[in-house]
Amino acid sequence: MDIMPKWADVVLIPLISLILAAILSALVILGIGEDPVAAVKLMVTGALGSTYGWGYTLYYATNFMFTGLAVAVAFHASMFNIGGEGQAMLGGLGVALICLFVPWPHWSIAILGAIAASALFGAAWAAIPAYLQARRGSHIVITTIMFNFIAAALLNYVLVNLLRPKGAMDPATAKFPAATNLPTLHELLAPFGISFSKSAPANISLIVAVLACFGVWALIWRTRLGYEIRAFGKSESGARYAGISPFKITMLAMLISGGLAGMMAINNVMGEAERLVLNAVEGAGFIGIAVSLMGRNHPFGVFLAAILFGFLYQGGAELALWTNIPRELIVVIQALVILFTGALDNMVRIPLERMFLALRKTEG
Amino acid sequence: MDYLTLLQVLDSTVRLATPLLLACLAGLFSERAGIFDIGLEGKMLLAAFFSAAVAYLTGSVWLGLLAGIGSSMVLAGLHGLASITFRGNQLISGVAINFLAAGMTVLIAQDWFKQGGRTPSLIGGARFEPITLPLADTLHPVPVIGPLYHDLISGHTILVYVAFLCVPATWWVLYRTRFGLRLRAVGENPAAVDTAGVSVVGLRYAAVAICGILCGIAGAYLATALQAGFVKDMTAGRGYIALAALIFAKWRPWYALSSTLLFGLLQAVALRYQNIDLGGVVIPVQVMDALPYILTVVILAGFVGKAIPPRAGGEPYVKER
Repeated sequence: MDIMPKWADVVLIPLISLILAAILSALVILGIGEDPVAAVKLMVTGALGSTYGWGYTLYYATNFMFTGLAVAVAFHASMFNIGGEGQAMLGGLGVALICLFVPWPHWSIAILGAIAASALFGAAWAAIPAYLQARRGSHIVITTIMFNFIAAALLNYVLVNLLRPKGAMDPATAKFPAATNLPTLHELLAPFGISFSKSAPANISLIVAVLACFGVWALIWRTRLGYEIRAFGKSESGARYAGISPFKITMLAMLISGGLAGMMAINNVMGEAERLVLNAVEGAGFIGIAVSLMGRNHPFGVFLAAILFGFLYQGGAELALWTNIPRELIVVIQALVILFTGALDNMVRIPLERMFLALRKTEG
Repeated sequence: MDYLTLLQVLDSTVRLATPLLLACLAGLFSERAGIFDIGLEGKMLLAAFFSAAVAYLTGSVWLGLLAGIGSSMVLAGLHGLASITFRGNQLISGVAINFLAAGMTVLIAQDWFKQGGRTPSLIGGARFEPITLPLADTLHPVPVIGPLYHDLISGHTILVYVAFLCVPATWWVLYRTRFGLRLRAVGENPAAVDTAGVSVVGLRYAAVAICGILCGIAGAYLATALQAGFVKDMTAGRGYIALAALIFAKWRPWYALSSTLLFGLLQAVALRYQNIDLGGVVIPVQVMDALPYILTVVILAGFVGKAIPPRAGGEPYVKER
């Protein structure tokens, strides 16, 4: 029998952790001589007060959904995929290659090709660490960190030496052809009579991200493979006795994880920049860790947490624009969320469990 | 390449290897005690900022060093709290610490100095000055050995010599003292240490604290000796390279010296030559950038010798009841 009811585990603990992170963030804002209440107001109006703000919030959220799902799938197999950053970089390379060198007639076909290419490249980048973990016992955390750096160097090389158009100075590819440009929410919502900001970057990838959330939910809780991933994550020896191949699960879980991280590129590379630049990922791979931890590795939780972080990102940009609070405040909030929902989980959990035990005794 | 150029490259190798060496030894203490630490980067970064900030404000580099060590130890304490006391995930705690440092340094730097997340340039007593070893100038004219002594061995800041002395010191502590034996034991089999009546928690906190001190010195070296002041994200992945060096060194102090020197050499070469032309085959600079990581993956894969981490690494210790 569980010590705590399920709702406490799923809702109460993340909520308390979030409140703790929020209190500390407020103290940080106070510490640098700014008003936390005014800051929150500015963030809310900046990120949610207009369709322009929403457009950015949802754009960032789309990125974080993909990377958050990537981390979550690996977590279910009890692996910590820190390599989302590198996998998303490679996904971007896949999207760039397929958009530049395949003459797509229409975006609706191009996006299918881009999804396949980005997932393939992302999965390929996760495949080597996964293989090394499964066959050679190298720790996946260390290898995926190393692969982030190798990906950065590789991308740098490819952009500077191979894909940069002649005469261009900055390390970036040429603009993708117009036929591959994805429709933004402005274009998608216009037929329904909803006017949405023209300049916001949120695009059809958002729908792909939401579908991916459903897909991961179905995979983890409604398929045999998902069951095997969860069984393997809970107990490797138990799974082995049940005839589940650790090699197969490690590989498949990491390939799916890497593929999801890579798919982020259809949003930021194909949907927004419409060319591949050097720092296209902008740390979204790492934010996936915070998103997954906060979302308790559940796709719906990841969906909500991604929107929260999208709000924080857009709100943080507004703060940097209008106040003296630098954008790095978001990095601090991100760190606090990871700290409280991930590393210091027991700090919140143990007192709560004691409380529930005490309550049960008085009732019984 | 003539002799003097070689000396210059080696000299910059020593300079660049120093922070890696300090951070690598820091990680060695922590991981030998069974606490994984991917937060080396964050601890160095915070220490770099506070050492530069305090050195600038007080004009004393030594106070700066103390502040750097102190700030690094605060983060080390946080890591200990999360991974020892609350038995949380050590890797996640390390990631959080890295982001915390990356964000806080810019926030505080902007609040204090309003220069876009950096400290003003340090001058005079606010920096560590190079030390000229005795007889360096008199011996300079002596062929071969003179320039070697003058250019390579002499003329570094005190922290460089401290870092190199830390290697035998670490070896001695780990392999020749009772504390070292217990520290290594707690990383291999904490239950046995506990049975012997020695505090697992105490030992692990001690290891994490030593890790904090060394990361603090490494950070202070970056901001007050290698460069003159703090700039945003100035550690630039050095904490991760140190981690790679630690694996490369198979968690041993003398190997740590050679692996950090190797990675320092790679950095020095990448800094000096953009693309290296080896008789027709051009090695792009990005290969040099990626080489430490590629080498580490190869080592980790066990193709060239096997790197076996301390057995209890990453697992919180739960006392038997």
